[in-house]
Amino acid sequence: MSGEKQELLVMQSGEKEQPFHYAVGRYGSKFLMELRDHKKLLGIRCPKCRKVYVPPRQVCGPCYEKMHELVEVGPGGTLVGYTILRFHFVDPETGHPKPVPYGYGFIRLDGADNAFQHFIDVRDESKIKVGARMRAVFKEQRKGNLADIQHFEVIDPVKEIGKPL
Amino acid sequence: MERVAIVGVGQIQQERNKVQDTFADMVFEATTKALEQAGIGIRQIENVVSASNDFWDGRTISSMAINDACGSYDKNISCVEGDGTFAAFYGMTRILSGAYDTTLVVAHCKGSESHSAHITNAMFDPLYVRSLGVDSIGSAALQARRYLDRYGITEEQCALVSVKNHGNAFRNPCAQLPLKLTVADVMKSRMLADPIKLLDASPISDGACAIILAREPVARKITDRPVWIRGVGYCADAYHLGDRDLAECDALSKASQKAYQMGGIRNPRKELDVVELYDAFSYQELLWTEGLGLCGRGEGGKLVESGATQMKGEIPVTPSGGLLSAHTVTAAGLVRIAEAVLQLRGGAGEHQIPGAKTALAHGVNGPCGQSHCVWILGV
Amino acid sequence: MPNRVAIVGTGQTHHCTRRLDVNGVELIYEAVQRALADAELKIQDIDGVIIGNMDHFEGINYVDCWSIDGSGGFGKPTMKLTTGGTTGSTLAIGGYHMVASGMFDKLLVIGWEKNSESDTTGAITTAFDPIWDRLVFAGAISGLAVEASVYMATYGVTEKDAARVTVRDRRHACLNPYAHLRKEVTIEEVMSSARLSDPLKLLDLCPRTDGACAVIFASENVAEKICPKPAWILGTANRHLYTYLGDADFVNLPSLQRASAELYKKTGIREPLKQIDVMELYIPYSFAGLSWIEALGLCKPGEAPRLLWDGVTDLGGELPINASGGVISCNPIGATGLIRCAEAALQIMGKADKRQVPDVKIALSSGFGGCFWSDVLLYGARKPL
Repeated sequence: MSGEKQELLVMQSGEKEQPFHYAVGRYGSKFLMELRDHKKLLGIRCPKCRKVYVPPRQVCGPCYEKMHELVEVGPGGTLVGYTILRFHFVDPETGHPKPVPYGYGFIRLDGADNAFQHFIDVRDESKIKVGARMRAVFKEQRKGNLADIQHFEVIDPVKEIGKPL
Repeated sequence: MERVAIVGVGQIQQERNKVQDTFADMVFEATTKALEQAGIGIRQIENVVSASNDFWDGRTISSMAINDACGSYDKNISCVEGDGTFAAFYGMTRILSGAYDTTLVVAHCKGSESHSAHITNAMFDPLYVRSLGVDSIGSAALQARRYLDRYGITEEQCALVSVKNHGNAFRNPCAQLPLKLTVADVMKSRMLADPIKLLDASPISDGACAIILAREPVARKITDRPVWIRGVGYCADAYHLGDRDLAECDALSKASQKAYQMGGIRNPRKELDVVELYDAFSYQELLWTEGLGLCGRGEGGKLVESGATQMKGEIPVTPSGGLLSAHTVTAAGLVRIAEAVLQLRGGAGEHQIPGAKTALAHGVNGPCGQSHCVWILGV
Repeated sequence: MPNRVAIVGTGQTHHCTRRLDVNGVELIYEAVQRALADAELKIQDIDGVIIGNMDHFEGINYVDCWSIDGSGGFGKPTMKLTTGGTTGSTLAIGGYHMVASGMFDKLLVIGWEKNSESDTTGAITTAFDPIWDRLVFAGAISGLAVEASVYMATYGVTEKDAARVTVRDRRHACLNPYAHLRKEVTIEEVMSSARLSDPLKLLDLCPRTDGACAVIFASENVAEKICPKPAWILGTANRHLYTYLGDADFVNLPSLQRASAELYKKTGIREPLKQIDVMELYIPYSFAGLSWIEALGLCKPGEAPRLLWDGVTDLGGELPINASGGVISCNPIGATGLIRCAEAALQIMGKADKRQVPDVKIALSSGFGGCFWSDVLLYGARKPL
């Protein structure tokens, strides 16, 4: 193309949606029903390594064992990692901007060996430290999805930082 | 080339909606079955190649969902986005490269979780074609029309494929849609996109499949019924439908020629005992039988009319019931390989082709069969 | 007998924020033409093509089919590999196995991304489980910020230590005409940049980039005829350890520890800091430039800041890392892991121009993505035995 300035077009896809109906499966459905109906959190224990995973799933990855022993975990736990989101972005699940700032935490629920991620209450940011004790706050109206938990709140801020967990 | 064998395969029940199972559950079931058939444990699997599609799964890294379920923890793994036949090829090269003795290849797909029209519309170019609303059915209809017009293939001849394959499905417990059909049933079924009617098209399906590959010395230790990979070839045609001659299938001809050459097949019609091809639509079985050299160009209609491709015929095609009876997209080609393996192991139950020694399995990627992968397996 | 495999040509586009002058297929074509020119080959000489990107950045299904005009895959065996952020390195590993197997003599490997065409954060969020992970997850930044929080809490590493990584990569990028961001930044500028997701600030993070990269892998039968000094692949390894984010170990990146341990074992590397001459690492954010080089065994956990501050990993240091400017200076996601491979190969081939490290015999490249997954490859100037 020679030197003349050319108009470069952009094709907009528009407000398209690609709807999905994701199957939760047997294990996940148990977890969500227990959450909705009884405000309880369930994990699943591997018969081989005895690790407890939240949320429950059929296979322990490292052992490649089928799991079936459901156990109650939480609602308290330890904050193993977190961040506070401050940048504005659009949630691809809703198409709407996510309200920021919000806290995103990984909590090792009491009785579990992996971490469970959820919102953390960041109204007092000074309390949020790795190692803090957290507790789930459940919504009054629950529908059988993860948002039935409002967030996790700090119940006991950690006093020392820099200590290996 | 060093010999590589398939030492075990696992299939699960293909269904319209497996709401009780996640992708991981399906893959775990298929993998468990393949391991059982091979008689080995997950520890003997040295690496994994998965096949999945981000659009079908509604997930940008679709391979993530099934990692644990296919025993890939702490192993070398990779993912092919495309039909399972292509993933199996890559899995084979990971053995031939000298890196691993065994490869597990798994594929999964659920048609139930989304709208196939959206998913397949996304195959088409966003700049020039997508807004026309083309999807897999509309584009297939274009190809069918070109093919039928050029060679005088009739819709009734296409319907014979549906009758045959849905009928074969009665003898395959994993098939989703066994149906007792007549040509008239197919002809009066609802028109989707002329000339493709409902019973000319494959259903929405959920399913998964797993196969285990091993290099020769290891294969012989694992099983006394190894199925050898004799030849494999794959090839892609042009992309834009208008750049292609849709009535022809050069990419398939090229892919099959490569596979035949590698496998020492000179007369496929005579030397193949069973063919499992990717019949996403009834006309496609006719077109692909031509591309595979099972008959001359334009003679697919005559071939099916002759009865030669029936289970008791000279060259049985899709005794499993094919995609017309269960279409698990990315898993569908891997299921064709699994079915071919079962035939050669004598393990195809009621749809066994007696004495099968050489089989062909075929998978497809892209619109209107743009890209084909052909496998020749033998015992 | 498996073939030994070498890289005989590479090509990249000049990576930038937005390429309005080309569509995706044309972008791919650019990189392919440059790789062919570098190897002095024609597309007719190529036996097959593998290509990859992350689907939802461009919203195109079956990219291996769609890109045929640009990739040169018409009439050839063509396939797509994709594993998220690790796509580029997954492709490099694929190139190795496909050629080593004897099925191809000359394979064209292409990674590309037009990140400008969509919402990067939104697309990355959809990489994760829709029922369990997406509610709270906010794209790559959030997961990486969590990792940083754990690293800081465990070892007392500071944001300033991390900033030194950005300063290094951005300084190196000024020598790389292909890099996206070619302007140095200071520690102060990093520290005062906008706080996006604690503790990560804007300049701790990589940009979004449009770009493509093509690499030609050749078998030993032809490699030395094509290229006087090809880059031999000495080994590959990867680990894609986790399915759910909550299962990940947030410290010490176990996937990289294990993948590199396997790679070192099979290639005879016992002291990576001494034996490896240059590394091109997929470091998408500053803290990773510390914790992940610990995972690679360059030093003990928690001690990486010392290596950075001592200049060990700068150009001119004992083990230069990211002479190309790395991912913090340039991130067309589907290409990024393959660019690391190309840059490592360029170092071996002696074609890295102003960013050339002298006398490179052994180079390593890595890939990162997904659920804290890692890929690694080792390259050598000498044909392996």
